[in-house]
Amino acid sequence: MKKCILLCLALLGALAMPAQAADKIKIGFISTLSGPGGVLGAAIRDGFNLALEHTGGKVGGLPAEVLVEDDQQKPDVARQLADRMIKRDKVDLMTGIVFQNLLQAVEQPVLQSQTFYISPNTGPSDLAGEKCNPYFFAVSWVSDSYSEATGKNVNDKGYKNVFVIAPNYPGGVDVVNGFKRYYKGAYAGEILTKLGQLDYAVELSQLRAAKPDAVFFFLPGGMGVNFLKQYHQAGLNKEVPLFGTGWSFDQDTLAAVGEPTLGALNAAHWNLDLDNPQNRKFVADFEKKYGRLPNEYASQGYDALMLMDAAVRDVKGKIEDKAAMRKALETANFKSVRGAFRFNRNHFPVQNYYLRQVVKDDRGRFVNKTVGTIFTDHPDAYVSACKM
Amino acid sequence: MTWLLFLEQCLNGLQFGLMLFLLAAGLTLVFGIMDLINLAHGSLYMIGAYLAATLTQATGSFAWALPLAVAATGVLGMLLEVSVLRHLYRRDHLSQVLATFALILIANETTRTIWGVQSLALNVPQALSGSVELLPGVNYPAFRLLIIAVGLAVAALLYLLVAHTRVGMWVRAGASNRDMATAMGTNIKLLFTLVFGVGAALCALAGAMLGPLLAVQVGMGESILILAFVVVVIGGIGSIRGAFVGALLVGMTDTLGRAFIPVGLKGLLSTSFADAAGPALASISIYLTMVVVLFWKPQGLFPVRN
Repeated sequence: MKKCILLCLALLGALAMPAQAADKIKIGFISTLSGPGGVLGAAIRDGFNLALEHTGGKVGGLPAEVLVEDDQQKPDVARQLADRMIKRDKVDLMTGIVFQNLLQAVEQPVLQSQTFYISPNTGPSDLAGEKCNPYFFAVSWVSDSYSEATGKNVNDKGYKNVFVIAPNYPGGVDVVNGFKRYYKGAYAGEILTKLGQLDYAVELSQLRAAKPDAVFFFLPGGMGVNFLKQYHQAGLNKEVPLFGTGWSFDQDTLAAVGEPTLGALNAAHWNLDLDNPQNRKFVADFEKKYGRLPNEYASQGYDALMLMDAAVRDVKGKIEDKAAMRKALETANFKSVRGAFRFNRNHFPVQNYYLRQVVKDDRGRFVNKTVGTIFTDHPDAYVSACKM
Repeated sequence: MTWLLFLEQCLNGLQFGLMLFLLAAGLTLVFGIMDLINLAHGSLYMIGAYLAATLTQATGSFAWALPLAVAATGVLGMLLEVSVLRHLYRRDHLSQVLATFALILIANETTRTIWGVQSLALNVPQALSGSVELLPGVNYPAFRLLIIAVGLAVAALLYLLVAHTRVGMWVRAGASNRDMATAMGTNIKLLFTLVFGVGAALCALAGAMLGPLLAVQVGMGESILILAFVVVVIGGIGSIRGAFVGALLVGMTDTLGRAFIPVGLKGLLSTSFADAAGPALASISIYLTMVVVLFWKPQGLFPVRN
């Protein structure tokens, strides 16, 4: 009985309280900061922190408290951290996750608790389609957008006989399907390799024998580095043009692998040399603060915070008003480092995708140079299935 | 499928096998002679590759960096043996696995602290970056030919060392019966330290030779260690000859499996099924080989102990 009275009082109290401006904002940042994937999470975090510095440590004018945690690329760890942030820390917004399987582990508790999640990287196609959610926003892309753009570019350039290589797992097959959606020519060969393969001599011999006029590869992480080195070493880079997604040629990879990446063509939604004031400031300040050039992941982390900042400012700090907050996030009233930015109705961006080529800059560094625009205001392939 | 392509794939298999041999040789000696399961073998391979990359940048020459990295890792291996592993010989395999697993974690974290998370640049030296025309129409990368040459040279050298020298005799005695060898006056302590140092140096050689082909990054040792263990088990624990034959068998099976199983299946079965089954079957071909060998020869191809 006593419990009931207390509960009733609490409920009445809550009813009586109008949605008022909070005095600070709590952001939960779960990302992969250690292990082989740690380099990606660190880039997102660095971009995010730089944005927070640019906004004076505030989000929408409110002092911000950011809880940074490492998920160690383990789904169970990510799930535990998310539960704790939602139940104990009561965070207002969440972001940070790099990998799709980790997002899958936390999406249910986060979205069910009606906590807004701003994805700074992974964009699963189901969340863009039939499972689209009012509380889920991605400032990045859908997982096959980069390969769609690559496929379109290879098709437009008039290549007719392409060799495709990707690892044999669902993510690899998805990316290849994105490529196939826009490339209409024939295939000189298509190889699905074992995940984590070290040596690509066999595939390179087959590739050479198949005499393709272009190669599309998607091999994330260390596999891609192995492939690039061996492709270069076999002298194939002089014979057959190599096309990949922007992930295989991010700035950190270029700096680490060097020479073998030179000349490769890839597609991404952002680049160092995109000419707009916010991007120039982002690139210059990032280099000054961290002593290296930023990559896509860092740009996405930067945009994630800038989006939060704009939305909280638009609702004048009343973050408890979920409907207003959702509307403010959808409006996305911020200046993205990629240039013009708007959300589609599935909360994924409609944006340009650029063709980039790896070159040596005047200081001898390997960087991507924007050499063309592949898609202008490109929506993803899944939005029609979204009922939102 | 032409004969020339088949020949090229055989060369690929030989090269992959010989690179596995460099790792497996050290592993089989340590496993066979000291009865020590050393999971940290892959860490020495990683350290060798990191040292080769750093020294290449420092000296500007891969040719200088290679012997320096090999020697440094050999010394590091001996220090490791004297300070830690020596205390594990009399323990059971479970303690050894736990302790050497801890060494992997320590090595990985230390490497990450010193060199950072991003993989390191180590590219093929300019002089070897081209390819050689072996037969009309068969161009083979020069650096891969060098790996084949180094692998064969090391195999020959190890054979001479083990079969025709006094130290080799001690090693063979230690491998077949440790207690008897001690009783006959072999300085087992010194022998073990030496063997471990040689094993570590071979690891570093493998790491440095493969660095230009593979990503030099934290954790690179673990993925290749599994294959090295398969080689050791197929060849027979403690046998250099077994490691050599086992490595070539694994290298050839993996390479030819990947090259021809998917193509062969397409000829036999419907395309969609072949597309799904081909890569899967190719990637388990190594383990199928191991099962077949162990079914007929449970001690491996060339058993040493008793």
